[in-house]
Amino acid sequence: MRLRFRRRKIKREPIGIYIVLGLIALVMILPLYLLVINAFKPLEELFLFPPRYYVMNPTTTNFTDLLVATNAAWIPFSRYLFNSVFITVVVVTAHVVVACMCAYPLAKSRAPGVKLIFNFVVASLMFSPLVTNIPRYLIVNSLGMIDTYWALILPGIAGSMGVFLMKQFLEQVPTSLIEAARIDGSSEWNLFWKLIMPLSRPAWATLTIFAWLSSWNDEWSPLVFTRSEAMKTLPLAIHTMFSGSNIIARAGASAAASLLQTAPTIMIFLFLQKRVISTMAHAGIK
Amino acid sequence: MAQVTQVGARVASKPSLKARFQESVRYAKQWRSHYVFMAPFITLFTIFTIIPVLSSIYLSFTYFNVLQPPKWIGWSNYALLFLEDDIFLIALKNTLVFAIITGPVSFFMQFALAWLINSLKYRTGYTLAFYAPSITSGLVMSNIWKILFSSDMYGYLNYFLTRIGAITQPVLWLQDVDTMMPIVILVSLWMSMGAGFLSFLAGLQNMNEELYEAGRMDGIRNRLQEVWYITLPMMKPQLLFGAVMAVVRALEVSSVAISLTGLPSPLYATHTIMTHLQDYAFIRFEMGYASAISVVLFVMMFSLSRFFMRVLSTKDEY
Repeated sequence: MRLRFRRRKIKREPIGIYIVLGLIALVMILPLYLLVINAFKPLEELFLFPPRYYVMNPTTTNFTDLLVATNAAWIPFSRYLFNSVFITVVVVTAHVVVACMCAYPLAKSRAPGVKLIFNFVVASLMFSPLVTNIPRYLIVNSLGMIDTYWALILPGIAGSMGVFLMKQFLEQVPTSLIEAARIDGSSEWNLFWKLIMPLSRPAWATLTIFAWLSSWNDEWSPLVFTRSEAMKTLPLAIHTMFSGSNIIARAGASAAASLLQTAPTIMIFLFLQKRVISTMAHAGIK
Repeated sequence: MAQVTQVGARVASKPSLKARFQESVRYAKQWRSHYVFMAPFITLFTIFTIIPVLSSIYLSFTYFNVLQPPKWIGWSNYALLFLEDDIFLIALKNTLVFAIITGPVSFFMQFALAWLINSLKYRTGYTLAFYAPSITSGLVMSNIWKILFSSDMYGYLNYFLTRIGAITQPVLWLQDVDTMMPIVILVSLWMSMGAGFLSFLAGLQNMNEELYEAGRMDGIRNRLQEVWYITLPMMKPQLLFGAVMAVVRALEVSSVAISLTGLPSPLYATHTIMTHLQDYAFIRFEMGYASAISVVLFVMMFSLSRFFMRVLSTKDEY
């Protein structure tokens, strides 16, 4: 029997797909491209009409404006950056570990109550966070955590999308594999760390990206849970400093701050994607 | 008088409630390690999610303006919502239009693009290009979108269309009632290639190559059949995740609409259920009513996702 198409790896790369995808990709990335080049445009070029899609005299004055000029205010801009970075790193690490740990029994265990818990997790995804904010504030207040780092970290770890995602992935791990490990005498903890986690690497790498995303871009939590200037995070700082008339008056600094807000996520994404692709050259029980 | 009973015979009797309870506790104790695994998340989840959700449901039966303690009013929030609130009906229609267009289209786009990208060798750039839009925060991007769709001659889109001669007068993209909704839909689609897309990619990368070879030997002739018979069934967990996320996202759109067209939008053209909720929660400070709206929204999302779970569930197919 003559096989009409060869195996995926040695296939001749379809140029057509590259081109079509490339065009769509260009359209999708246009606004982001504008964001990036706006951050490097000097003041004369920002308001140029007709708009230029390239920078004539790239400059970093916008960034220095941002970091230096706000130093005169009572909180240096770098403090917001630090807050954001610290909180996001802690939340992402803790969330990935906690979510994977919870998702493993949800996906593979026959313990009683597991199905009910999963139903709760999925149901909680659908309740608008806007409305639950006020009861949340009351709870955090009664725990005495308002205006501390804990108030921004702990609710972030309790996100249900991560558990949902990991459970769906872990369902795909063959149960026979797990049972084989159990028969070989491995403890559950060992099973989890040495078997399940490496197998599901693309899943928790993806989860890391999501957790980073939702924590880094989150401007609601600091709005609700913090009071003092020093505890604000980057998105909230951008929201307060660069809205209203400041969009025009400090357009350069606003663009620079927006780039600072967007760039780390893209870099994390790039870093993790390479890892994900390189480690999944094959799949399966072998 | 001695009673002779057979070896191994048992007196049949219904085990008492206490005995049954002890039996189930013993059964549960076997899985102790699993409960320990779930414990950290469950504690945090209960404190920060379950309790607030239950309080919100309670609040939906009260009149609560955040300054005074909530006052119980029973069903009247819901009665008002369904019987007298015309704007809610407009919001409902808008949300359904939005969800019906964005939901399936974005779901299909996510899967199609993930599948196309998966068959290439140089993936990172494309993946980044498609995923990047959903990474940006809505507020940051709305400035750019407003420049692009600005309603005067200086808006990039107007300028471009005038240059190529398609229009002679600038189109009021974000102020005209007829064009607002399509633009919000477009921007939403642009930002929608997020969670589902990445999870599809990861799932596709995880696929077992042997299945494809087996399929080829069984007579599958082209890529489309391969997708339908092998890829899709194997990806059911990811498809379910993507479907539920798409439903939640489509029914929950509000920040894009608000930052582009304002709250409230002219003639309520982009008024969705969520913007209605925000209106009542943060402008009129009627948290009770807003909670009632969110309960209604929750019921809608929940029933849709149960439907998807029934269709796309995998019951231990290994």
